[in-house]
Amino acid sequence: MTRFLATRALQSALVLAVMSFAVYGLMGLMPGDPIDLMIAADPKLTPEDANRLRALHGLNRPILARYADWLWLALQGDFGYSRLMSRPVPDAIGPALLNTLKLMGAAFALALLIGLPAGMLAGARPRSRLDYAVNALAFAGISIPSFWLGILLIIVFAVLLGVLPAGGVAIGGGGWTETLRHLALPVATLAVAGIAGQARYMRAAMAETLRQDYIRTARAKGAGETRVVLGHALRNALIPVATVIALDFGALFSGALVTETIFAYPGMGRLIYDAVMGNDFNLALVALLFATLITLVANLLADVTYVALDPRVSFEERDA
Amino acid sequence: MPTNAYGNIPVSSRINRLGAFYPLLTARWLGLGRVWARFRTSGTTPVLLPRDRAGHGPAVGREAVGATIKTMPFSLARVLAGLLALAPVFALPLAKPAEAKDELVIGMTQFPATFHPSIDSMLAKTYVLSMARRPLTMHDARWELGCMICVSLPTIENGGAVPETIPDGKKGVAVTFTFRPGLKWGDGTPLTSRDVAFTLEVGRHPQTGVSNQEFYRSLYKVDAKSDDTFTLHFDKLTFDYNAVNDMGLLPVHLEEKPFRADPAAYKNRTLYDTDTANPGLYYGPYRIAEVTAGSHVVLVPNDTWPGAKPRFKRVVVRVIENTAALEANLLSGAIDMIAGELGLTVDQAVAFAKRHGERFNVIFKPSLVYEHLEPNLENPILRDKRVRQALLHALDRETIVQQLFAGHQPVAHTGVNPLDWIHNPEVRKYPYDPKRAAALLDEAGWSVMRGGFRHNAKGERLSFELATTAGNRTREAVQQVLQSQWRAVGADARIKNQPARVFFGETVRKRTFPGFAMFAWYSAPENVPRTILHSSHIPTEANNFAGQNYTGYANPEMDRLIDAIEVELNREKRRALWKRFQDIYAEDLPSLPLFFRADAFVLPKWLAGVEPTGHQGVSTLWIENWRVQK
Repeated sequence: MTRFLATRALQSALVLAVMSFAVYGLMGLMPGDPIDLMIAADPKLTPEDANRLRALHGLNRPILARYADWLWLALQGDFGYSRLMSRPVPDAIGPALLNTLKLMGAAFALALLIGLPAGMLAGARPRSRLDYAVNALAFAGISIPSFWLGILLIIVFAVLLGVLPAGGVAIGGGGWTETLRHLALPVATLAVAGIAGQARYMRAAMAETLRQDYIRTARAKGAGETRVVLGHALRNALIPVATVIALDFGALFSGALVTETIFAYPGMGRLIYDAVMGNDFNLALVALLFATLITLVANLLADVTYVALDPRVSFEERDA
Repeated sequence: MPTNAYGNIPVSSRINRLGAFYPLLTARWLGLGRVWARFRTSGTTPVLLPRDRAGHGPAVGREAVGATIKTMPFSLARVLAGLLALAPVFALPLAKPAEAKDELVIGMTQFPATFHPSIDSMLAKTYVLSMARRPLTMHDARWELGCMICVSLPTIENGGAVPETIPDGKKGVAVTFTFRPGLKWGDGTPLTSRDVAFTLEVGRHPQTGVSNQEFYRSLYKVDAKSDDTFTLHFDKLTFDYNAVNDMGLLPVHLEEKPFRADPAAYKNRTLYDTDTANPGLYYGPYRIAEVTAGSHVVLVPNDTWPGAKPRFKRVVVRVIENTAALEANLLSGAIDMIAGELGLTVDQAVAFAKRHGERFNVIFKPSLVYEHLEPNLENPILRDKRVRQALLHALDRETIVQQLFAGHQPVAHTGVNPLDWIHNPEVRKYPYDPKRAAALLDEAGWSVMRGGFRHNAKGERLSFELATTAGNRTREAVQQVLQSQWRAVGADARIKNQPARVFFGETVRKRTFPGFAMFAWYSAPENVPRTILHSSHIPTEANNFAGQNYTGYANPEMDRLIDAIEVELNREKRRALWKRFQDIYAEDLPSLPLFFRADAFVLPKWLAGVEPTGHQGVSTLWIENWRVQK
C-alpha cells in the first residue's frame, strides 16, 4: 500500500511538472501578449508605454526564463499575482473554487442520488416499462445541450414564473435560502446530464452483473429479488461505475464553463477561460494545475475504491 | 435588388446571436401548451416556434401561464402547479427591488480587472468608477468640454491658462484649476492639491503599472496654490490644453503608504484592489460598498459628495457576459437596465426592441467607434487609390446599415463623426454606384472580365483577402455583404477570419494581413489620429512593431496637417485644417469607412435622466440625474 501510494505520488508530481511546462509553453505560443490586449482597448497607448509595460511585467524576457522564475517561486509557495483579478492567485481562485464546489457538488450529489437508483432499478428490470422510461429520459438528458436547457430553465422559472433568479450569486452573500435559490437553475441544468449519465452507466453495469452465474446461483438458493440485487449484484455493479464517478469527481473542481456563462456564475470554468483568453499566465497555470491535481487524486481514489469493492484486486498485485 | 442582401434568408434570423434558439428568449413567443400539444401529436422532438407568425402572441405574465397549464396533461400540469404553489416562498425577495425602486440594477457584459483609476484602461472600470469619482473635466452629452469637479474651465482667454516657456525652451502652458467647494473623500478627508501632486508622482513613476503615461509625461509639474487651487504645467501647448479628462485622482492619505513602501509592488498593493470598499477611495455621488469578483459591484450613496444627491439608495452592477442571458435577466426583472456602453450590440437591441419595445425604452446613440476596412497599402492592388475608391463605390453602405442595424448606425464618410464640431458635411462621399466603380476599375487596368472576375493585362485576378475577428457575428454578417457586393463588380474578396487575439495580437499589429482588415477604432471628440495616420507610426520590425498606422499610409501633407492641428489654438483656423484633413482622407482613402457604431441603451420605462454621450465620457458620469419617472 505504501509503495503503491509513493509511486503514485511520484507519478503525479511528474505529470504536474510536465503539465505546468506544457501549459506555460502553450500560452506563450499564443499570438499577442497582455499589452497587445491593452493596446486594442486603448489606441492612445504609445509604443513607449507598451515597451515599458512589457518590461514591467517581464514579457520582454524569453518564455523559458519566465517559466523558470515562476517554477522557482511556486516551489516556495508563491504562486504570483493575477493580472486580471488584481489579487494574489490563491485569493483569486479561492472564491471561484468555493462557488464551483457548491454548484458542481450539488449537481454531482443529485446525479448520484437520482441517477444511480434509477439506473439500478432499470438494470434490474430490463425491457420493462420502467427500463424504457429511464432509458428514454437518460438519452434525452444526455442529448440536451446545457446552453439550451439553461436558457429554457431561465425562461420558464425566471422570466415566465418569476420564482427563481436568472443567475448570478446573492448580493451581500445572502442567507442559505438566497444561496439555494441562486443555485437552483444552474444545478438543475448540470444535474440533468449528470443524472442521465449515471443512470446509463449504472443500468448497463447492473444488467451485466445480473447475467453472471453467481446471481443465478443466488436465485436458485431462493434469495429474493431485492436481496439478489442489493446484496449480491450491487457491489459488483458499482465497480465500473466507480471509475466514472471518480473521474466526474475531478470535474467538480474545474467548473462548467457553458453553464457558468449562461447563469453568470463566477466559478472555476469562467475563471480558467478568462485567464487563458486574457493571457493571465499565473492564474491560468495554477487553476489548470489544480484541476489536474484533483483529477490525479480522483484517479487514485478510483483505484482505492476498486480494491475496496473487489476483493480480487489488491495493492500488492498492482505493485507486482 | 432583393429585399435583403443575403438572398432568401431573412436578415433578422442571420443576426440572431443564438440562431434558431433565439426565439426562446421571447416570453411572448413561448407557448408551452402548444409545444406540448405538438409533441403529443407528432411524436417527434418538439420544435419551439413562435405561437403566431402573424405576430399575435399570447398574453404575457402569470395569467398566460395559468391558462397554458390547462392544455397540458395532468401530470405536467401538477408539476407546474406545484411550482406555482411554491412561488410565493421563492418570489418574495425577487419582487422587492422592483417594487421599492430605490435600487437600480444595471447589467453589463464585462467585469473590471482592477479598480485603480490609472492602472489599465477598461471600459467596465470606467463605467463603475464614474459613479464613485469624477475627472476634473469632461465633454458632456453635447460634446462640449466642461468642468466636473472644478469651479470653472480655465482658458487662455479668461486667464486661467497661461502659455509659458518650459525649461528646455519649448512652448508649454500653465493651467490653473480650483476644486469645487466641499469636495471630500468618502472618509471625510478633504480633496486637496496634495492629492493632485501625489497622483502626478504615481502617474509618472515608471514602475507603478500606470498604463498610459502620455498625459503624465506631458504634465511635468503641479504647483499647489492652496488646498483647493493648483496649477498644472504641461510641456506642450496643444488645442486641448485644458482637457484633463484622464487624470484619476488618488487619495494621498491612503495610497501613499503602499506606494512609498515599494513603487514596483504598488500595482499589487493599491487599496483600490486590496480594500476596494474603503470609503476613503471615492469622492463621487456613490462609493463602492461590495465587490464580488466576476459577479457584481454594489454602490451606495457617498454622504460626503457635495453635489446633487443621487436618487437611488443602492446601485448594483451585475456582470453577465452572455448577451442572451443578459436579455433573460432583464425580462425576468433580475436587472433593471442594460448599459449601452457594455451591453447588447445594435442588431441584438433592434431585435429586442421589436419584441419588447412596449416594456422598455431602447435608445440608440451613435458613438465615436469607427468601423472601417484597413487596406495593407503594400498590396499592389490596394495601393492604387482608384481601386480603393472603386471598391467603396461598389458598397451599398446605406442598405447595409438599414438592413442590419435598422438605420441606427450612420454611414461614415471619413473617420470624423458627424456629431463632432470639426466634421465637414461637404466632404467627398462615395455613394453606391456600381457603374462608377466599374469605370474606376477599368481605368486602373482591371478591365478584362473572365469567369465573373476582373483581371488585368497580365492576367492577374482582382483578388484580395478580407479579414476580421472570427466569432463576431455582426462583423461576419457585414463581411458577407461586402463580399457579395464586390463580387457584383468583379472583385474577389476572400474571407479569412481569425480569433480576436490572433487578429489584433499578431496579424494587424505586425501588418501581416495581405488585403483588408476590418475592425473599429475608438476615439474622442476632436481626436487627432496621430498614431493611426502619421507616417512616423507605421509598425515595422525595425521599430519593434510600434505604432498603429497599420495600413502603412504615408502622406507628407497629412503629416504636416496632424502636426499643425495639434498646436493650433484658434478654433476657426483649426476647423480649416480639419476640413483639409478630411478632404485628403476622403480622396486618399487610407481606410475605407463603413459606419459609426451606436450604443444601445435598454432602459426601463420608469427610469429618466440617463443621457448617452456617444463618446468616452460614459453615462454614469451624470448618475445623480438618474431618477424614477413619476
